[in-house]
Amino acid sequence: MIIYRYIAEGLFIGFIMLVMSGSILAVRSRILMHAVLGLAVSFLGVAGLYFFLGSMFLTLMQILIYVGAICVVLVFGIMVGKTPKEIDEKQLRGKHSILAVSLSTVIFFMLSASVFFAKWNPVTEKIGDFSMAYLGKNMLYHYCLAFELISVILLAAIIGAIILARGGREADLG
Amino acid sequence: MTLLSTHLYSYLFIAIFLFATGLYGMIQHRSIIGMLISTELILSGAGLNFMAFNRFITPDPAIGQIFTLFIMGIAAAEAAIVISFSLAVYRRYQTIDPESVDKLRY
Repeated sequence: MIIYRYIAEGLFIGFIMLVMSGSILAVRSRILMHAVLGLAVSFLGVAGLYFFLGSMFLTLMQILIYVGAICVVLVFGIMVGKTPKEIDEKQLRGKHSILAVSLSTVIFFMLSASVFFAKWNPVTEKIGDFSMAYLGKNMLYHYCLAFELISVILLAAIIGAIILARGGREADLG
Repeated sequence: MTLLSTHLYSYLFIAIFLFATGLYGMIQHRSIIGMLISTELILSGAGLNFMAFNRFITPDPAIGQIFTLFIMGIAAAEAAIVISFSLAVYRRYQTIDPESVDKLRY
């Protein structure tokens, strides 16, 4: 039985490596399409971590929404919008580079210290389970208002996106 | 034997790493779409944080999952808005460099 634990641990470390390498590729690559690829790799790693955290449903949703929808929308935007394929070397190492490295490093270590020195109380007993039935029942009974509000937000965002992308075309025609 | 995947700290450190990487990409901005990619990283770190607390701290395991689903919905809406916004900006200014879109500054 102990061998399965080691296999699971190796998978976990592999997912961590996916997250880290993907996110570094997403912020460091000079070609924007490679950044989207790194983002997809990082999201796949996060989906694996959700699986380790016990939620099969969120793993599938992460792959479906983030990798399947958001990355495709980003690729679509890059290809339609004629963004610069290559980013200038001087723009990559611009005046903000030192500020970005120092600020993100400082915030990383400050948050790590605050996580490390905080006192967490692990829960001993759970009142529900991780099944999809329990999740759906909660979402439609207890969190019904939030569930409806997020659909209104999505509707407003889609209508706003259509209006934003469409306004210029009428200006071009007229 | 202590396994890495059974500790709260490992998940929290990955979430902090995602947040710091997204912040780095956000400050060192190259284009609006690059900043959008960094924002997605930050939101993903927030979702991972919620899921970790949901697994280890909260008694009810449905709360964190529902909150993470809502974060995913907000991220999808935000991606759609920013993509169409960058299309509109490109049509008007012929660039998506955020530093050259500064007519309201003066």
